[in-house]
Amino acid sequence: MHEQGFTHAPLGRLTLESLPLHEPILIGTFLGVAALGLLVIAALTWFRKWGWLWREWLTSVDHKKIGIMYVVLGIIMLLRGFSDALMMRAQQAVAFGANQGYLPASHYDQIFTAHGTIMIFFVAIPLVVGLVNFVMPLQIGARDVAFPYLNNLSFWLTAAGAMLTMVSLFVGEFARTGWLSYAPLAELPYSPDTGVDYYLWSLEIAGIGTTLSAVNMVATIIKMRAPGMTLMKMPVFTWTALCSNVLAVAIFPALTAAFFLLILDRYAGTQFFTNELGGSPMMYWNMVWIWGHPEVYVLVLPAFGIYSEITSTFTGKRLFGYSSMVYATLVITILSYLVWLHHFFTMGSGASVNSFFGIATMIIAIPTGAKVFNWLFTMYRGEIRFELPMMWVVAFMLTFVVGGMTGVLLAVPAADFVLHNSLFLVAHFHNTIIGGVVFGLFAGMSYWFPKAFGFRMDEFWGKVAFWGWVIGYWVAWTPIYIVGLMGVPRRVHHLDDASLQPYFVVAALGAVIILIGILGFVMSIVMGIVRREALRDATGDPWGGRTLEWSTSSPPPAYNFAFQPVVHELDAWHDMKENGYQRPTSGFHPVHMPRNTAAGIYVAALCLVFGFSMIWYIWWLAEISAVGAVLASILHTFNYHRDYFIPKDEIALTEDERTRALAEVA
Amino acid sequence: MVVMNPTGDIAIQERNLILIATGLMLLVIVPVIALTIIFALRYRKGRNPHAYDPHFDHSTKIELVIWTVPLAIIACLGVITWTSTHKLDPFRPLDRISATRPLPDNVKPLDIQVVAMDWKWLFIYPAQGIATVNELELPVDVPVRFSITSTSQMNTFYAPTLAGMIYAMPGMKSMLHAVLNAPGDSWGYSGNYTGAGYQDMRFQLHGVDQNGFERWVARVKSSTDELSTARYLDLDQPSEKVSVMHFSRIAEGIFDRAVNRCIRPGMPCIADVMAKDQATDRGNGPMSSATHEAPMHDATTHASH
Repeated sequence: MHEQGFTHAPLGRLTLESLPLHEPILIGTFLGVAALGLLVIAALTWFRKWGWLWREWLTSVDHKKIGIMYVVLGIIMLLRGFSDALMMRAQQAVAFGANQGYLPASHYDQIFTAHGTIMIFFVAIPLVVGLVNFVMPLQIGARDVAFPYLNNLSFWLTAAGAMLTMVSLFVGEFARTGWLSYAPLAELPYSPDTGVDYYLWSLEIAGIGTTLSAVNMVATIIKMRAPGMTLMKMPVFTWTALCSNVLAVAIFPALTAAFFLLILDRYAGTQFFTNELGGSPMMYWNMVWIWGHPEVYVLVLPAFGIYSEITSTFTGKRLFGYSSMVYATLVITILSYLVWLHHFFTMGSGASVNSFFGIATMIIAIPTGAKVFNWLFTMYRGEIRFELPMMWVVAFMLTFVVGGMTGVLLAVPAADFVLHNSLFLVAHFHNTIIGGVVFGLFAGMSYWFPKAFGFRMDEFWGKVAFWGWVIGYWVAWTPIYIVGLMGVPRRVHHLDDASLQPYFVVAALGAVIILIGILGFVMSIVMGIVRREALRDATGDPWGGRTLEWSTSSPPPAYNFAFQPVVHELDAWHDMKENGYQRPTSGFHPVHMPRNTAAGIYVAALCLVFGFSMIWYIWWLAEISAVGAVLASILHTFNYHRDYFIPKDEIALTEDERTRALAEVA
Repeated sequence: MVVMNPTGDIAIQERNLILIATGLMLLVIVPVIALTIIFALRYRKGRNPHAYDPHFDHSTKIELVIWTVPLAIIACLGVITWTSTHKLDPFRPLDRISATRPLPDNVKPLDIQVVAMDWKWLFIYPAQGIATVNELELPVDVPVRFSITSTSQMNTFYAPTLAGMIYAMPGMKSMLHAVLNAPGDSWGYSGNYTGAGYQDMRFQLHGVDQNGFERWVARVKSSTDELSTARYLDLDQPSEKVSVMHFSRIAEGIFDRAVNRCIRPGMPCIADVMAKDQATDRGNGPMSSATHEAPMHDATTHASH
């Protein structure tokens, strides 16, 4: 081990200096977060909810509750990631000429790194995984996922990674390397402090969680579909969830390995990605983008699935071109592995290699274009109800096609030579990720919210959220496209040319409008809870849904379905309704269910401690927590009380209640 | 919109490519946006009840169209991509001065060697025997051949008025062929974030006529500062917001040693190490190969260009 900078002090390199006591912004944030945390703790204690929280939620292996916890994590981290965005927009709006803005470069650089890292790993992924977790087992008529304990562990590992990232705000600092922490900048000589280590250990821990979750979802879809649900009768959302998770299983190991090699470089003195002794920074770039590009499709494919479900529900039609939709998804899945080099055309791989990757990238536009047309022709001759979820779909179609167009443009290598690393590129990927993924997630959340809680979100505030996001997106990002064409590179915190300032002021205004959208979204949940009696849906099928999740109550019982549904057609629930399906009200059997366990939360907590002590070189604690995490995992394998039966009387009681509720509505 | 209004032939061709590609794609994007709005309005519930057809979920004709239209556009774009990528490959020597003027016979490109340092640009003019920091002087209508490397980080060498960007990489040599077609002052920078001083890692770009270029060379030659090995090592220390410097003389082979990371006395050159490794390998295992005879002077995958 090379000794440079390594310490054997009991607390490693952790000292009082590590706390940002000289940064008023951070102290203010800390006080705010601490006050909020104390309030939550006080409320839980006052209402005696700790036991409930622990038993019903934190240790739960119920896929629905885990899904909701993922979504809550994603929304909390969205607030953090968006604060970073607002700070960047504010800095860039004022920092011209003599005015250096209010953020020093070292702080600004942490902010854009944290923004990208958090938004992808701790907002988009948890929200996507959360929706898949909640919806997919219901859609395929299953009672839980294939590996319920693993699901809980995956969630807590993701949460542990998120927490570790948040700790960097108040103890030490976060990376100043950009969201992929490119070598050689992320190597020890250029980034000696804790930032990159926070980045690496957070993402290693969370990445293991995501990989395990993906294995779990693939196994669930392959093995646990209701009788009669052949692959080509699977709902489109389940199809996209399958492809997304197959992708994730294949790519996350590449990222984990790349990060692990970088960790070896930083801790053990290897030279995988350094400039010396045959090390190759370019290898790191290749490895992270072999993960990075398919990752875009890990996120956007489930969003495409959400749009498909919603379009078909709210037009009152079967999805146009179901099978071409499925094949388009599969083609995108395969092609997404073949395009990573387009992230660095300018590295000079040679004209033929660049052409190959450029054209492969464009080919993805063909199935994606077909998908857009399929949604379009689902609307054609439909009976479109513009409820909130459907509004998001239309906004998506109008926004995303522009992002797709600029994407294909960037896929032309010689065009990329002048647009690479510019704000045009930044505008492009926000166009696809906000317009494609984020709109889809909001559509999905508003669509399935009544399924999860039994009442709808407040519609007025939901519309505030919708218009805030859609208008805000265009106001914020159109000027960024333009300044990109003026040659402004990404990741600068100050510009000399004052004539550019109006564009950045407009962009900052757009960010404020998006803030209204975010607050509107939070309010639509809060007001939904306040007005829950007026917004209640007793039927379990508030939108006239077509897939199996709408056939059970809202929220669904722990066992999801008293009898496993039998599927004859695509859009199984619609088919059952058409054919006069009678819900069985007697003859119940006991249902076999997995039992809650605290093992996942313990293992993840030990991983969190391990990550923290590795970051700060607290070697003794790292050893103890690493051994502890492995031991806890092994010990859990000796836990033989993993399942139980819900007695049939209890099921009869639950189902009778639903029978009464349905009778009241009718 | 400097990217849209460049003055160098390569950058102009890249701009034209952006316009052509965007135009092609608008052929499908505009109808999609229009149809989305039309369908959303026309088939809104209650607006057009007779049109409602819940069973319209397949039409071979429509599906054929929605797959072939994107396919056709991408096919055109694919052809354009293949040809333009080869034609505008930065490693490829120029074959014209501008759209209207072919390359005169026997014209020798001006050689400029570029070294990206933390956080400034070093430009070496080997034929003139001079070097500058953060100032790039180019004679108008003369083809320029840039050889580009970096001492520590991954940077991109980018002057928007001149030509698209290419990475400057430690231990590697990349190349860019370009020509400036109009006089005038402009600027260039690194597009790739490299830490603290990245943001001010900019250089001035001056396009001048041949006489002006010669006057400028003479002016640089009159500088008292010289780029010796020691001066280079001093310069290579990280520094921010560096102002323009002129060097009237340059140490022999300094760029090649920069590429091979052996400027510091005692450091072995990458090319020598690789040649030695190959010599030791010879005949000892599967690695041996007669094709690796030549020392890898460029230490780069681009040597074949």
